[in-house]
Amino acid sequence: MTINMGPQHPATHGVLRIVLELDGEIIVKAIPHPGHLHRGMEKLAESKTYHQAIPLTDRLDYTNAMGNNLAYVLAVEKLLGIEVPKRAQYIRVMMAELQRIAAHLIWLGTHALDIGAMTLIFYNFREREQILRIFEEVAGGRLTPTYLRIGGVSKDFPDGIEEKIKSFVQAFPGHVKEYETLLTKNIIWLKRTKGVGVISKEDAISWGVTGPTLRGSGVKYDVRKAFPYSSYEKFDFDIPIGSVGDVYDRYTVRLREMEWSNSIVEQALERLPKGPIITNDPRITLPPKDDVTRDIASLIRQFKIVSEGFQPPVGEVYASVEASKGELGFYIVSDGSNHPFRFRIRTPSFANLSALPKMIEGSLIADVISVIGSIDIVLGEIDR
Amino acid sequence: MVEINLAVKKLKEKFQNSILEISTFRGEVTVLVSKGEIFEIGKFLHSDPDLQYHLLTDLCGLDLFPQVPRFEVVYHLCSIKNNQRLRLRTKVGDNESISSVESIWKVANWYEREVYDLFGISFENHPDLRRILLWDGFEGHPLRKDYPVEGPDFNKPFIPEV
Repeated sequence: MTINMGPQHPATHGVLRIVLELDGEIIVKAIPHPGHLHRGMEKLAESKTYHQAIPLTDRLDYTNAMGNNLAYVLAVEKLLGIEVPKRAQYIRVMMAELQRIAAHLIWLGTHALDIGAMTLIFYNFREREQILRIFEEVAGGRLTPTYLRIGGVSKDFPDGIEEKIKSFVQAFPGHVKEYETLLTKNIIWLKRTKGVGVISKEDAISWGVTGPTLRGSGVKYDVRKAFPYSSYEKFDFDIPIGSVGDVYDRYTVRLREMEWSNSIVEQALERLPKGPIITNDPRITLPPKDDVTRDIASLIRQFKIVSEGFQPPVGEVYASVEASKGELGFYIVSDGSNHPFRFRIRTPSFANLSALPKMIEGSLIADVISVIGSIDIVLGEIDR
Repeated sequence: MVEINLAVKKLKEKFQNSILEISTFRGEVTVLVSKGEIFEIGKFLHSDPDLQYHLLTDLCGLDLFPQVPRFEVVYHLCSIKNNQRLRLRTKVGDNESISSVESIWKVANWYEREVYDLFGISFENHPDLRRILLWDGFEGHPLRKDYPVEGPDFNKPFIPEV
């Protein structure tokens, strides 16, 4: 029998369609059909200036906007060869890690909801709301803040935000324990996740899987450690890994990751350096707003950058970050003009989803739901 | 940089005639290789015990229109063992095909389908080459430089068929 799952199925986390060929309840073949959310982002960005492309990146994986911003601005900064002030780097790390916690909270809530544990999502969204409030105060936006800029961040921390972040960071490990009491030893949860959707180390690497899904299979690969960026080498954290590579391992890996992210935010807050939050490069960054209203040179600089952008040297760069789903990379080719010649986004979910048939073929149809939840896909970044 | 040089050195030794150009920009090494040998080079980089480029991070197309040959296929490799990256580029002409690396890195299956979908470059020995992001009846390949951003029928009035 052939069953068509999606694209409007709530457990496919967006608009994914999977054609399942069944023998009784056993899956013989699974064929994913992505593309329902294709917006042509790579093509769109080729006609925009480098600054204008930042808001596009928020809309890739919309649960991890800060991380997407970070990957893109790092790529452009590498292309330009500019340094970012220390304070901006630390702020970026804090935002990216808070965003990772928020993204993992959505994953945990929806994943548990798919399998039938409905309680958890209310707890998760309670904490996620606090993070989004912090984002709102810092950046002005909640879901798509577009906070990062090429060379730094758009504005400095407002007064009193440090205390709010601190109180969140102090309370959060207790909340993780709360989630664990609901799930980790729950017999139904164990039966639905242990030994389900197993993928071996070698297969995971061959299928290009990255992020918590790869680490669940026991591979210690994290871009933050392997190719440190934005001062990650200064922070003390560990990479949790699993052993079997099943849904349960990916679950525990993500829980531990949230705790480490929380610890990174705490370390960054303690050691937050003082200083500028954006590079002052008249060719690239906007002048301070106060100057624009007072002096003609700054006004001209603002006008030039907003209307024309800047022209990076001819070349090609690839920069990647550890986003909440895996390795998110930007490959930018510049021909020396003010917009990218090629704007390629290497998204983690795309490669992770390609391994889905490998994980579910031969298992029960009910396991498809828990496996899709465990690889944590977001269709916004698969289809781009 | 020692390991990267090692990869480049080994490639130079083994595939003298197919390494066309080696360049470094911002610390990233790019090797331009000839199209015919890409499968052999990929297999060598994957299997060599000192290099172990087991992870194909990315595979994408590049349209250099109006240059000839028009297209490039770009491979981003990563060696988890050595913490090293390497970029390979190959030139592919219009209406030409290139051999698939799907049997080396499974993830290339989807990446190559995407390149086929958006650039129209076809891959030999690919097990299942069809469009992935766009639908089957779609005409054209949107990431080509001569494809308009607004779409080909932007100015035409929309009259639904009755």
